[in-house]
Amino acid sequence: MIKQITVFLENTEGRLAALTHTLRRANVNMHALTISETSDYGLVRIICDDPDAALAALRAEDFRATETNVSAIEVPNRPGGLADLLDTLASLNMNIEYGYCFSSKGDNAVDVFKISGHAHTAEATFKLEEAGFKALRQEDLA
Amino acid sequence: MGAQTDVLHLSRDEIEKIQLEGIKKTVVDCYENVPFYKKSFDDAGFNPYAVETLDDLKAAPFVTKQDLRDNYPYGMLARPLSEVKEIHMSSGTTGIATVGAYTEHDLQFWGDCFARGIRYAGGTADDVFHVCYGYGLFTGGLGAHYGGLSAGCTVIPMSSGSTERQLRVMRDMGSTIIACTPSYAMHLADVAIEKGMNPAQDFKLRAGILGAEPFSDNFRAELERKLGIKALDVYGLTELMGPGVAIECLEQKGLHIAEDHFYCEIIDPATGENLPDGEWGELVITTLDREASPVVRYRTRDITRILPGTCACGVTHRRIDRLHGRTDDMLVLRGVNVFPSQVEDVMETFPEVSSWYQIELTTKNSLDNVTLKVEINPDFDFDNIGAIEKLQAAIQKRLKEQLLIKINVRIVEPKSIARSEGKAKRVIDLRKGIYND
Repeated sequence: MIKQITVFLENTEGRLAALTHTLRRANVNMHALTISETSDYGLVRIICDDPDAALAALRAEDFRATETNVSAIEVPNRPGGLADLLDTLASLNMNIEYGYCFSSKGDNAVDVFKISGHAHTAEATFKLEEAGFKALRQEDLA
Repeated sequence: MGAQTDVLHLSRDEIEKIQLEGIKKTVVDCYENVPFYKKSFDDAGFNPYAVETLDDLKAAPFVTKQDLRDNYPYGMLARPLSEVKEIHMSSGTTGIATVGAYTEHDLQFWGDCFARGIRYAGGTADDVFHVCYGYGLFTGGLGAHYGGLSAGCTVIPMSSGSTERQLRVMRDMGSTIIACTPSYAMHLADVAIEKGMNPAQDFKLRAGILGAEPFSDNFRAELERKLGIKALDVYGLTELMGPGVAIECLEQKGLHIAEDHFYCEIIDPATGENLPDGEWGELVITTLDREASPVVRYRTRDITRILPGTCACGVTHRRIDRLHGRTDDMLVLRGVNVFPSQVEDVMETFPEVSSWYQIELTTKNSLDNVTLKVEINPDFDFDNIGAIEKLQAAIQKRLKEQLLIKINVRIVEPKSIARSEGKAKRVIDLRKGIYND
């Protein structure tokens, strides 16, 4: 289980740039960034080396930012890697609210998931570990 | 028709005689039949039996919209319900609406007053009068309807909406005079043009009696060109009667007050002192022969002036100038009166959003487009697009229920709503064609 930073951004020019400047000043290094957008606003989700520092820096500059626990699972970087993981989630009756993938090292990819409901994230991570997957911890990203 | 024409050409003395008689009757009627007036006259030391001149009315206290609200629903009635034939209400929630009640006589003269506008436009029994104000508690639809009947026209009670159907009926029935809000008239024109029609030629329209919201001279010129009509401004408010309190003639140099039914004063809104003709101030109106809902010195909050001199059209009733704004923060959105405080009341029921908000008014397809920008609170879990959209929809729904108009809700970033000296500017009005552009 790792911490993800979510930032609410209006769909206007320069907002995303401003966000990255804030993180640069806070000396935060990002591993992943995704944007979900509607016509009026976007949600930017960030995985980084120091989520607490990122959150503090963003809030200090009036960004609407929040911290969310997500599961980050390492899967082998080969065809079917993600399918195996999803099968396991389905068999555990776990529903994914959103998710995205990034590769960190050559041999493995990292899949990030928000499992529906807060309490489920820790439980999901634990059960996936039980099923043999490697779940990343915050220290792995620092 | 003959009697009506005569009323419009009375001498100043004759009009003032009618007005003095009407004021004397109204203040006594109010004092004896409406507890609110009994108390307010007594508190102000105003003796309703001692009115001898028009000037004596200046000693009477003002009545405000709040007073009318405080006496909801029937507190301001001067006649038993058995004599009341119809009720209208101003926009607003049930709790804060103002009520207008009409006896047979009240409905009769309402029709007569609105019919004057049709006559100013040259309307006769040969005209097809197309009403696309909303019918219902709003006074626009039925007020215009009674006006059309009173003028002897063929009335088409379209009500608002269904623009394409409006255009079809207008063309097929050969509508000659239209009554609606100016923005809706522009919308009709634009949609017709979009559909490849030339409304100025394809329709038989020649006049519009347009009201319930202000419109500028440029807006009027464009509307007249597109529709091939003369656009006449009509003024009125539910608290007094509805549309028809004052209407423009073809000279388009101010709106003739129905001076045989309404006595108008202009006051300095800050001091309450009367201002001479020609000076801008707040319009204050007293009804002269309203039976069910008589009103003494109602502060309209509308800014205008009495135009000095006589009108070239020959009608002797004095004119008010076209409205110049409001003394309060009331907004007129698609003909509906909205106060920012009503929006605030709705916002307060949503703990997810902060108290900073901003109402942005723009023009879309010639109609008012209202966007409410709100900031979400820091503890709101927004890591879920569904939650934000649900919140948006919930606020939008409650606003529609409370304010009766569609308001688009937009969640914005914190502090993106400009604060000046700690106080947000609540309303940004970017609409085209309001007052003077």
